[in-house]
Amino acid sequence: MKLAWWKILTILILAYVLAMGLAGEVPRQAILNETVRNLYFHVTMWFSMVLFLFMSLVHSISYLRSGKIESDDKAVEYVNTGIMFGLIGFVTGALWGKYTWGSALPKDPKILSAAIAMLAYFAYVILRGAFEDDQKRARISSVYNIFAFVIFNVLIFVLPRMTDTLHPGQGGNPGFNIYDNDNVMKPVFYPAIIGWMLLGLWITTLRIRLRVVERKLTEN
Amino acid sequence: MNEIRVLLRKEIQLEWRQRYALNGMVLYIVSTVFICYLHFNLNQNLLNPIVWNTLFWVILMFTAVNAIGKSFAQDSEGRILYYYTLASPVSIIASKIIYNSLLMILLTLTGFAVYQMAMGNPVEDQVMYVLALVLGSVGFASVLTMISAIASKAGNNGMLMAVLSFPMVVPLLLMAVKFSKNAMDGLDPSVSYDEIAILLSIDALVVALSLILFPYLWKS
Repeated sequence: MKLAWWKILTILILAYVLAMGLAGEVPRQAILNETVRNLYFHVTMWFSMVLFLFMSLVHSISYLRSGKIESDDKAVEYVNTGIMFGLIGFVTGALWGKYTWGSALPKDPKILSAAIAMLAYFAYVILRGAFEDDQKRARISSVYNIFAFVIFNVLIFVLPRMTDTLHPGQGGNPGFNIYDNDNVMKPVFYPAIIGWMLLGLWITTLRIRLRVVERKLTEN
Repeated sequence: MNEIRVLLRKEIQLEWRQRYALNGMVLYIVSTVFICYLHFNLNQNLLNPIVWNTLFWVILMFTAVNAIGKSFAQDSEGRILYYYTLASPVSIIASKIIYNSLLMILLTLTGFAVYQMAMGNPVEDQVMYVLALVLGSVGFASVLTMISAIASKAGNNGMLMAVLSFPMVVPLLLMAVKFSKNAMDGLDPSVSYDEIAILLSIDALVVALSLILFPYLWKS
């Protein structure tokens, strides 16, 4: 088995992130204590999710322009990966919240917004189930996907800034930078973002290939 | 422009002759308000201003989903094909959005009249509250018209309409509830400028998206 260079890079980065994330040096802060390590595993999930949903948007637009069914395959798989990263983001966030904010699910606008955005993408998956015809399904779900992405952006980036949130960097809270004044977390955090994104990309490409094979099999 | 005017007049005439949606929806909103009245009249102390306001918006949201969900259902396959030969898709969706906005404003104001008769009216700043209602109903109409077009392509399943639209109307609903709460407490209008700006920009965004995307939906 021979892996592409970026897949080997993914493995190396994630091995480094796991080792440094679990055993590396982190700044000692009140309340946060050791949970600050979750930065590498929680925040990166949301960054990756935004990337995958954006990729899905790009493929949906490309489907509407070209009418190639392969673009729709890509769009749906990017949404699936995005949903998976979103759900992991919820779980890691709940763990973090339990030990710092005292509740796994505090009443925070950012959490609520993210939950509603997830509902929109679940609706996308359900909508796809309503069609028999491939081209029709692709066209209509692409339109909904574009709609969903716009509303998703309003929910994630605009509304939480309108109210007070517990999350750092918004609603009058200082950004996360102040917790990392020695810059010891950045050398792990930035590779972690890239590593998780690459892992998601890897999962998605595998699933797209499966989908293409399945289509070929059912056509013949 | 002329095309839109003719189509709009057609929608209104069609509605006026059947009066199906209009009467049905007015009855819907009156019976919902009456049910709320029956429940809260026995427990007056439960009805604090926040509940009063939220309850009304929830009633409005369900009315909107039901009223606008039908806007493409009435047109049969053959008639849609006929429009296809006559008018451009952009004028069709524009006329539907304008018509639905007018319908929603009418229903909302009727609903407000009935609601304040049944449940009292604790609003301090009536003008701003009505403005919130109008902006909210136009927003509902523009978001839901497009969603209704999508749902109608998927076989007009009522469940699908609800699932697709709820995540999409939440940002609007949040802003509208906040804005109307400010008006209700009689706060200075300048407090609500943020909410008004976001409501208007969501409306503009959604209308623009509908105009761009509807031609793709229409083809299938």
